[in-house]
Amino acid sequence: MASDFAIIGKPLPKVDGMGKCTGQTKFADDLNLPRMLFGRLLRSVHPHARIVRIDTTRAERLPGVHAVITGKDLPIKFGILPVSQDEETLAVDKVRYVGDPVAAVAAIDEETAERALEHIDVEYEPLPTIMSIQEALAQHDVRIHEYGDGPNIHKMVSLEFGDVDVGFTAADYIREDRFFFEGSNHLPMEQHAAVASYEHDGKLTVWSSTQTPHYVHRALEKVLEHPASRIRVIATPVGGGFGGKSDPFSHEIAAAKLSMITGRPVKITCTREEVFYIHRGRHPVLMWVRTGFARDGRITAMHFKSFLDGGAYGSYGVASTYYTGALQPTTYTIPRYKFEGLRVFTNKPPCGPKRGHGTPQPRYALECHLDKAAIDLGIDPVTIRRRNAVEPFSTTVNYLRITSCGLGECIDRVVEASGFDKRRGRLPAGRGLGFAVSAYLCGAGLPIYWNDMPQSEVQIKVDRGGGVTVYSMAIDIGQGSDSVLAFTVAEVLGIEPADIKLVTADTDLTPIDLGSYSSRVTFMVGNAAVEAAQKIRTTIFEAVAGKLHLPAERLVARGRRVFDRNNPETGLTWVEAVRVAEARSGLLAAVGSYRAPKLSGPYKGSGVGPSPAYSYSASVVEVNCDPATGAVVVEKVWIAHDVGRSINPVLVEGQVEGSVYMALGEALMEEQTFRRGVHKFPSILEYKSPTTLETPEMHTFIVESIDPEGPFGAKEAGQGPLLPVIPAVANAVYDALGVRLDEIPITPEKVLAALAERRKGGPGRVGPREIPQITFKDPIRVAPPPGWQKEVSTRP
Amino acid sequence: MPKTLVLLTVNGEPHEVAVPVHKTLLEVLREELNLTGTKHGCELGECGTCTVLVDGEPWLSCLTLPVEVQGRVITTVEGMACGGTAHPLQVAFTELGAAQCGYCTPGILLAAKALLDESPTPARETIAQALSGNLCRCTGYVKIFEAVELAARRMSGAK
Repeated sequence: MASDFAIIGKPLPKVDGMGKCTGQTKFADDLNLPRMLFGRLLRSVHPHARIVRIDTTRAERLPGVHAVITGKDLPIKFGILPVSQDEETLAVDKVRYVGDPVAAVAAIDEETAERALEHIDVEYEPLPTIMSIQEALAQHDVRIHEYGDGPNIHKMVSLEFGDVDVGFTAADYIREDRFFFEGSNHLPMEQHAAVASYEHDGKLTVWSSTQTPHYVHRALEKVLEHPASRIRVIATPVGGGFGGKSDPFSHEIAAAKLSMITGRPVKITCTREEVFYIHRGRHPVLMWVRTGFARDGRITAMHFKSFLDGGAYGSYGVASTYYTGALQPTTYTIPRYKFEGLRVFTNKPPCGPKRGHGTPQPRYALECHLDKAAIDLGIDPVTIRRRNAVEPFSTTVNYLRITSCGLGECIDRVVEASGFDKRRGRLPAGRGLGFAVSAYLCGAGLPIYWNDMPQSEVQIKVDRGGGVTVYSMAIDIGQGSDSVLAFTVAEVLGIEPADIKLVTADTDLTPIDLGSYSSRVTFMVGNAAVEAAQKIRTTIFEAVAGKLHLPAERLVARGRRVFDRNNPETGLTWVEAVRVAEARSGLLAAVGSYRAPKLSGPYKGSGVGPSPAYSYSASVVEVNCDPATGAVVVEKVWIAHDVGRSINPVLVEGQVEGSVYMALGEALMEEQTFRRGVHKFPSILEYKSPTTLETPEMHTFIVESIDPEGPFGAKEAGQGPLLPVIPAVANAVYDALGVRLDEIPITPEKVLAALAERRKGGPGRVGPREIPQITFKDPIRVAPPPGWQKEVSTRP
Repeated sequence: MPKTLVLLTVNGEPHEVAVPVHKTLLEVLREELNLTGTKHGCELGECGTCTVLVDGEPWLSCLTLPVEVQGRVITTVEGMACGGTAHPLQVAFTELGAAQCGYCTPGILLAAKALLDESPTPARETIAQALSGNLCRCTGYVKIFEAVELAARRMSGAK
């Protein structure tokens, strides 16, 4: 019950809100250091080419230029995943996409640095290019990298849980569909930026707009061959991340190297065009799904294939590949499940994690596929989901542990509020309703590099004035991690968020947090913060109990007081309590740690997918389509999200609304596409994203399932609510126009093409007609969890 | 690079700066006057992030040359607060979570201020129209609309 809390569940303002509304928050590019130089990166103009020669002489002679570096100065490779260390700070032998960095300069100002780039002479020998999944799999003679699971195949996965053939044989109805989901950029409003300062005592400090200071720290140590103990990484407040600032990047390492060479601070701020090349955005994914159903709509087996266009480097790609297959069973009980996926290298900017990481694409495919199956089976789209919905506290066929699950309530809320049952199929011409559901992680169960240390640690120190300082490496990217820290600690200690000072995201000063990715921060940092705060509270209670001659168990901390719960008049003010405790125990400081329980299953590849909890979402979308122009206008969105417990409803709503917005951008307009190796529109003007004018009416419902392991029962809100909206749009377009858009984004051209096809007697569909004819390796065959068949067959 | 002497009035204070004539107002505000509250998202006039007010009108500082705005009144986000008291828009944006990452926020606040100075109780469609040149990737705009409406109510009630 929210009323049990003083802070949790209350619509308090974000603790960093006023700084952001007054211009006081310092982002990376706002930093200015004495004697600072400005750096720029020279980027490849070829999608694939051998570097024959680089001559930097003319640039070095330019007045105002202090240093010029090339690939040979930083030859050690790096990458976010230990298995894909395939990136060079500056390309050594060849470039792999237009935008691949080849040289870097530091100069007295940005203009001089820019001019210096024009004075670097690079001779390229162009190589044949690979620009699509199909080309990557067909052109074995062209190789972008020399490693992987096959020619131009970065990763190939093949897993089978139970015998799918048995399930398909038992099916009354089998359906197959193909889908394509185009890639998109995160488009954070802040361009990436880093400032590096090397001092003559051998200490290097790097300030960067990064979601993962810990992984930047590791990459700098490796590439610079400089001890981690002498490198300090400070993540500055991130002006929008969405996954796009989760890798270590060339500009960070180059700034550090240039600072080491010149002995002066160096700042590199990327341009908007460069952000499109840095990318790490949504993978374009081609998908095929085959599902067997019983007559009543229950799934008997599913076979899912995905082909990811990874771009030129590995990035998070191995994890992305697994994620396109891992979470389908978290919403529906799939008794037998086979997943085959592969990621190819292409000569495009590298793809990586964008909000929902690898799961929005298969979720779109799955929810549209189910919508079609429901119609074929004569079942309504809501019923087919309810019949297959997972149960709370169950295990999926691929060994994912489900704990709290508010899926059913999410469905109820949006279906009821939108009048879906009564209105679908009965709206005027051109109008339609679509429905979909989804689930998402609350933090990846395993860290990116193997280790058995905690994933999150928090340290708290209390000063004798009553001020509380919380130290955490969590970085606020706008999602509200600073506020989560302040709210959770304030709740436990019975003080106000304003009494709390935060020291965050600094590898010298703060204990570990792995980063703001995989929706892990509220769950993991929150738990660590609660543990640390509880230890402080225990110390204070023991001291106050001694002072007041009361048992410590009777004490309560609330409203900046510590008092007897049976006799609230008896107590001390917070400041008095702190002083009594410090006199008794010395420095009031405590630490808390969070480590996810061991959750991986008994098979290789089971490390991707497990999470200590899953959030659930359901959405109904109402569209108004113009069959003459193909324009699709989303007028209303109903969305319910199971956040476990809402630590702050304003922040949760903000995450949900932002997710809906980003989903609509991807569903209708955003795409990162290429022509002859070149990005078609690396600018905000031509890369279309929704403005205020495209904002629909949004109805947000927060569902609280109170997770047993989350901090105060909380789960995630930052990514999950994006997932159901995209397929709900596609399903709504079908309800409105009777055509199937099996390809994202749903542009007016595609809607018109589908309508034209239907007029000619076709099925009225736009989407891929085939998938590459490739034989996946034999699957790893995994017996379902013990008791699984019994569990499934006895479901009501 | 030859420099030109430019006299700018920013947030009520006169500043004399010597800058190359092609430097944008955005660059001069951030780099010469250290008013880093004004942000940049594209430097091509596409995103609205760098919005400042010139004589009360929203201008894209990345497309403005300082010589164009000599003798005019320039307001940046740092000039919105009155001494230690935040502007009602800043208060409402903070209370309602209209700033998430906060990077687009200064530009949106100034565009909203220009709107409310002109039209004290705008309809939501008018707010959407007035802010349509400012991109925000975090909020989905809903909380921004609500915050502008709350500030409008408070400001018109106070008059």
